[in-house]
Amino acid sequence: MSKNFVEFIIDGKKCMSEEGKYIIDAAKDNGVYIPTLCNIEGLKPKGACRICSVLVNGRPMTACTTPVTSGMEIENNIAQIEGIRKTIIEALFVEGNHFCPSCEKSGSCELQALAYKYKMLVPRFPFMFPIREVDASNPKLIKDHNRCILCKRCIRGIRDENDRSYFAFKKRGHEVEININHEMANKMTDRLARESMDICPVGALLIKESGFRTPIGQRKYDHLPIGSDIEK
Amino acid sequence: MSKPILATASLAGCFGCHMSLLDIDERILELIELVDFNKSPINDIKKFTRPCDIGLIEGGCCNNDNVHVLKDFRKHCKILVSVGECAIMGGLPALRNGLPVSDCLEEAYLNGPSTKDENPEGIMPNDVELPILLDKVYPCHEVVKMDYYLPGCPPDAELLWGALTALIKGNELELPYEVIKYD
Repeated sequence: MSKNFVEFIIDGKKCMSEEGKYIIDAAKDNGVYIPTLCNIEGLKPKGACRICSVLVNGRPMTACTTPVTSGMEIENNIAQIEGIRKTIIEALFVEGNHFCPSCEKSGSCELQALAYKYKMLVPRFPFMFPIREVDASNPKLIKDHNRCILCKRCIRGIRDENDRSYFAFKKRGHEVEININHEMANKMTDRLARESMDICPVGALLIKESGFRTPIGQRKYDHLPIGSDIEK
Repeated sequence: MSKPILATASLAGCFGCHMSLLDIDERILELIELVDFNKSPINDIKKFTRPCDIGLIEGGCCNNDNVHVLKDFRKHCKILVSVGECAIMGGLPALRNGLPVSDCLEEAYLNGPSTKDENPEGIMPNDVELPILLDKVYPCHEVVKMDYYLPGCPPDAELLWGALTALIKGNELELPYEVIKYD
């Protein structure tokens, strides 16, 4: 046997996984859902959104960047951690302009789905209503900065055959925003444009000339909470 | 024991939340057995005639009349509930929050496609009777204290019914997954 397997515990449940796997993936293999907004399987983790915070042997750690080790005791579905997650989600809702009723991603949005999961009725923070641009200059994609949560999924995941990224951050601090390489994006295929929209956890990247295709009631999170496909 | 008194108002909303209340269908007969209505567009009572137990507020505050009505509700109702996305976060009217009020008025009365040829004198409504627009649209809880929040655009009839009966009967509100939606 070439791979080393380790035993660890999540919320009292005995789990087993390959040594060195990130907690979030190891948990998934064991039927435990750890929510995230910035992590996506197959990409190098970023630890940006902190939604996946868990207690590892009593200390808060991001499950997407912490490898699992033998004997780890992980706490996931506990009041302290769920409180942290709900606070982050509420902060994200007031920090941008998230008008769910007019957003095409509504019903399939991961931020919204997590807010549903944690039963957010109203964010506890005052709304900031920041002034942000909608950029529709690209032939295939609409970029709506009002909804962007700066998770970097598009930067990390949408690349051409030479592994060059179509997206990048520009500006700094609270002004930071997603920029698109127009020269590359002008030649973007329809398939990659669709992948860009799908990789975005919110409605910040939308493909042009097609919208609201899935009727209410058939969208991703209309009937079952996010993570239902993982939880056993 | 007398029945609890219910009042409702639509501020900067579209009346969709009131419509959703009617989606409780035949349970409306049950509702009038459970509560008496006071000031509400449903019975067209314009002014409070007595203190109320529950006030349902649809829509946020986009003008000074909305603020006046909301404060009047706070004064008269023991429990105030924000109903729908507009009451909770401003909703679609709050899309104007990034623009100066003058831009909105000019677009509506001077430069919009339906007005630019029809209003050669450039008249803007400014009668003293008209409410004055606020600098932006405010969620209700940023104007007065709100006690409960029922999200949705509009909130599901089951959520409204569940919340109302829980409040009237003093039970804890159950929130199954499918009743909390923001669209």
